[in-house]
Amino acid sequence: MLEIKNLNAGIEDKDILKGIDLKVKAGEVHAIMGPNGSGKSTLSSVVAGKEEYEVTGGDILFENESILELDAEERAHKGIFLSFQYPVEIPGVSVTNFIKTAINETRKAKGLKDMPASDMLKMIREKSELLEIDRKFLSRSLNEGFSGGEKKRNEIFQMAMLEPKLAILDETDSGLDIDALRIVSNGVNKLRSKDNAVIVITHYQRLLEYIVPDFVHVLVDGKIVKSGGKELALELEEKGYDWVKAELTA
Amino acid sequence: MAYTEDDLEKELATKEYKYGFYTDIESETFPNGLNEDVVRAISLKKGEPEWMTDWRIEAFRYWQTMEEPEWANVHYAKPDFQNISYYSAPSKKPKYDNLDEVDPELLDTFKRLGISLDEQKKLAGVAVDVVMDSVSVTTTFKKTLAEKGIIFCSISEAIKEHPELVKKYIGSVVPQKDNFYAALNSAVFSDGSFCYIPKGVRCPMELSTYFRINQAGTGQFERTLVVADAGSYVSYLEGCTAPSRDENQLHAAVVELIALDDAEIKYSTVQNWYPGNDQGKGGVYNFVTKRGLCEKNAKISWTQVETGSAVTWKYPSCILKGDNSIGEFYSIAVTNNFQQADTGTKMIHLGKNTKSTIISKGISAGQSQNSYRGLVQINSRADNARNFSQCDSLLMGNKCGAHTFPYIEAKNKTARVEHEATTSKIGEDQIFYCNQRGIDTEKAIALIVNGFSKEVLNKLPMEFAVEAQKLLEISLEGSVG
Repeated sequence: MLEIKNLNAGIEDKDILKGIDLKVKAGEVHAIMGPNGSGKSTLSSVVAGKEEYEVTGGDILFENESILELDAEERAHKGIFLSFQYPVEIPGVSVTNFIKTAINETRKAKGLKDMPASDMLKMIREKSELLEIDRKFLSRSLNEGFSGGEKKRNEIFQMAMLEPKLAILDETDSGLDIDALRIVSNGVNKLRSKDNAVIVITHYQRLLEYIVPDFVHVLVDGKIVKSGGKELALELEEKGYDWVKAELTA
Repeated sequence: MAYTEDDLEKELATKEYKYGFYTDIESETFPNGLNEDVVRAISLKKGEPEWMTDWRIEAFRYWQTMEEPEWANVHYAKPDFQNISYYSAPSKKPKYDNLDEVDPELLDTFKRLGISLDEQKKLAGVAVDVVMDSVSVTTTFKKTLAEKGIIFCSISEAIKEHPELVKKYIGSVVPQKDNFYAALNSAVFSDGSFCYIPKGVRCPMELSTYFRINQAGTGQFERTLVVADAGSYVSYLEGCTAPSRDENQLHAAVVELIALDDAEIKYSTVQNWYPGNDQGKGGVYNFVTKRGLCEKNAKISWTQVETGSAVTWKYPSCILKGDNSIGEFYSIAVTNNFQQADTGTKMIHLGKNTKSTIISKGISAGQSQNSYRGLVQINSRADNARNFSQCDSLLMGNKCGAHTFPYIEAKNKTARVEHEATTSKIGEDQIFYCNQRGIDTEKAIALIVNGFSKEVLNKLPMEFAVEAQKLLEISLEGSVG
């Protein structure tokens, strides 16, 4: 589904990603772990198409086609979803109105008519139940005055509504208490299927107890320095990132 | 390529004025220039009684002694008042019973404006008094209104048919010598609307007037007078557009509202005069005086969506004369490219327990300047007066400006005045967030701007709220059509 080849990228002359290779197939869950500043969030932003990052080398293929020349919204239309580490506030725009716009814009890009209101309402009801979201929450302004947990739950709600092929969860666990973490993870797990893939970007192993990955990659200084199964996450938790760094220099 | 702030600026710079077309309707236009003879000629042309002519002449003489105001935060080349024609009327003097008889070109104009009259007729009964280049062309729904004793007609007609009402109220809220442009308007106003709601009557439909400047080099000076008698209610909407022209056109209107005891007037404006091109050339000068007077327990609400005009100078105000009266001002002002707006309100609290609310939303893009200027004045006898003001500014890009000039004068110790202000900027992060959800940059801006303006949009009558939203999108985006 996703194939990243020798990806080099940076911002304002600063190289951040220095040759990333990663293959993600449908049905898989990959975890990318790494210390602060290793380039985890840059990687997610570059895949999602954030303009301020410049790709200086390599390629990103999605379903066997390069997406480097595509705008962020075109990548979204293809089914790439990014759950933001810091979701932005849009005052005066309700959660419902926002997701309705997102769905209908995506449909428009595919030459489809707007989703009928009754279907939309039904879908909103189903997905909000799945994620234990109070209906009142849906009429609040997007992320305005939301707690950390509410913001992340809202991200996963949008993911559930948009049904992406590839979901990238960028530090979804940060700012979550244990109950919120459970609800968010349950939501992600319920949405997993053989047809979609998930990349979980996290600093800590904790989230991976709930969303169990098939593969774990360790990102250090813009490169994937170690890959393995889910047990790698535990090893990291125990020994710390310095262990990987020490192994590298050894 | 995805969005950057530079792209946004480029996009904003290239937007075109959607209503930029000129309707070729034969019209009768006075030669340029202004003197007492021209004022008399206008009055004569309209077949006015002598008192009206005298009133105009009086205003003209005041005007000659007055200076153009310079305190507003706007800069422009002053109009040459001798280079303007003060009267332009479609020469096929029309008075129609139904729309089929109306000049098809005119109807086409309305269609292009997106306000097909047929449609509006269907829409919950909207009576439209269309003012095109100063002369009222058609008034619909007159009969329904007449049954309730409501008078809704052009001001020229009112001067002839209801002189006692006009004589009593015209100039009672905005006197002839109130200010430079009000004096000019009083001397040369060509037409406008008049509305009278009798005692205890609730007007069963939204009353609506469309103004449009068509002929080159004509100033439009319309005069609107709305009188709501004791215990009555009326909701009134005016919409304005002007075709694209290179030279600046002057628009100096006066609107007077009178809400007698227990009456309520809701006055909504959607203003989309030609804002000039992306180089700041052309566009309408919109210098308007709007003021309402509230008697006991009366209420006046001004709601305005201002997206057009090169220069705007406008402060819809309320004089809260009667005890327990209420004044409200809800405003969205959008400026782009080189547009300048200095707009706000005055709430003059004279009576006891008077209340006023001001919600102002300024949106600036391009190299435009957007100022809010508001006065809240609590008179010494206005015990327990209350005011709440909120002024929010939204900036797009780095070259525009937002300014807030609040003036508060409280002469009574029991007054309670609150003022809140915020300034925010549409950020790349907000745009990227929307992009990532499949929403393109234009739609994202529209979404953010609509969210920002929601409190005010909600105050507009339903069918016009939709139109206003569309206008916001057109005003701020490159290719949305």
